[in-house]
Amino acid sequence: MSVSQSEFHSALRAPDRTIPIGLTDALNQTAEKRFNVYRNNVATSLMDALESSFPVTQRLLGTENFRNIARDFQWTRPPSTPLMMHYGEGFPEHLETLPALARFPYLGDVARLEIALRQSYHAADSTAIDPATLQTPDLINARFEFAPAMRIISSPWPVLSIWRFNTQEGAGKPVAKSENVLVTRPDFDPVPIEITAADTALIGALLAREPLSEALTAAQNTDPNHDFSHILGHLLVGRAITDIQFKET
Amino acid sequence: MFDHSSHLPSAVGVGYKPQHYSSVLENAGPVRWLEIHAENYMGDGGRPLAQLRQLSHHFPISVHGVGLSIGGDGPLDIDHLNRLKRLCDWLDPASFSEHLAWSTHDSHFLNDLLPLPYTKATLARIVDHIDHLQEVLGRQILLENPSSYLAFAESTYDEPSFLAEIADRSGCGLLLDVNNVFVSSVNLAMDPQAYIDAFPLQKVGEIHLGGHDEDEDEHGAPLLIDSHGREIADPVWSLLDDVLRRTGPKPVLIEWDNNVPEWPELQAEAARAEAAMEAVQ
Repeated sequence: MSVSQSEFHSALRAPDRTIPIGLTDALNQTAEKRFNVYRNNVATSLMDALESSFPVTQRLLGTENFRNIARDFQWTRPPSTPLMMHYGEGFPEHLETLPALARFPYLGDVARLEIALRQSYHAADSTAIDPATLQTPDLINARFEFAPAMRIISSPWPVLSIWRFNTQEGAGKPVAKSENVLVTRPDFDPVPIEITAADTALIGALLAREPLSEALTAAQNTDPNHDFSHILGHLLVGRAITDIQFKET
Repeated sequence: MFDHSSHLPSAVGVGYKPQHYSSVLENAGPVRWLEIHAENYMGDGGRPLAQLRQLSHHFPISVHGVGLSIGGDGPLDIDHLNRLKRLCDWLDPASFSEHLAWSTHDSHFLNDLLPLPYTKATLARIVDHIDHLQEVLGRQILLENPSSYLAFAESTYDEPSFLAEIADRSGCGLLLDVNNVFVSSVNLAMDPQAYIDAFPLQKVGEIHLGGHDEDEDEHGAPLLIDSHGREIADPVWSLLDDVLRRTGPKPVLIEWDNNVPEWPELQAEAARAEAAMEAVQ
């Protein structure tokens, strides 16, 4: 008559299954509807968590479609830790596997941008470098360190334009193009901006601990007219550079 | 070594919600302390931690864990224990509490407080887990009574005796949620007064109050849901009065986690709890 947590859990996660024997109401009668309170609490709270984590994706899909997709996702991919702020990693890939969404191939990258913004929001605090430190003739040999709150998203779709169109009044209608997005957190609010493919190549090389000279080459290979001072300005305003070093570490 | 729990004032607190940040600092009114859900403050940085740090300079903070799965049939999650320790180490809260429930199975977190059979085997496991938790945190914890929707035929203890035994054996204190007492009593056809009579009130370090919703089961019996999404029901206020008459003033918390109201509405609930407390001073 004892009900193991394994049995309870299996019944909880299978809405059509009969509930374990040994769970009753006060009169020793069946407790199906009572058990459904737990089923509903689990499913609804996880769907709510996804909704609050992916507001733009939800807006694009519509509330009901999003809810149905979130319901399926939480059945197959329940959270692996109690930190709901991280729940939904894997949601972009899930969206990309759904045949019904094949006509909306950008949804996965929009969800990725939402994850990047959320990760940035919760990332560790850091102190930005004093820009004067960069006034060194040897800067070309420097390796850069970046704030934990910085993120880069590259997409074949106008992912930032779509995000803005759905979050900011008066934002222009997205036009078909690829977009690269830099997320920085100057204070407490993550700020996404569009950067160029060459900027992305430069930051990618710096993140791989290449010296600035190599990173500039990577950028110029993408665009011979790349403007380093422009992206440097964005990184400084975004308080994204925390240190430079001249030794390989 | 384990005695930080007396630091919460015998006054009214509220479950803190970020949308109330400025209001709390500018116009706390009857609210003298705040409770946070531990798991919402386990990011690495940013606004949530900065605001919590700021609030902790002005208010005693109670950390309320909702994800450790103390009643889980496996060992406690060491990673999660370490997260709780890290939070308690930097914040040094006035109190730490968790639930008589389980919420994780096979590393799947279910985001709900799930029920337990009250048996000797469950008791032994929970006492072990509380020992472990108190050892890691280096402090006494408070354990909260759940809201029950159903019963386990295998249970051999009633809930107050079960909690009393856990507190005796582990040295933990208890968090008495009077809304949960009311919800469970209605749902399982018990007398809430008898529950309070049997409860080890001398072990209570904190009292919770929250709102519930009303439904019916398939047999037409009332089924109350612990929703924390509305004002506190009148019978729960009466139960609070009764508890306070016996215990004297205690740290009393208003929980309102869903459909969170504007600050003045939450303050009004806090003021009502303050009045209940003043009546027994």
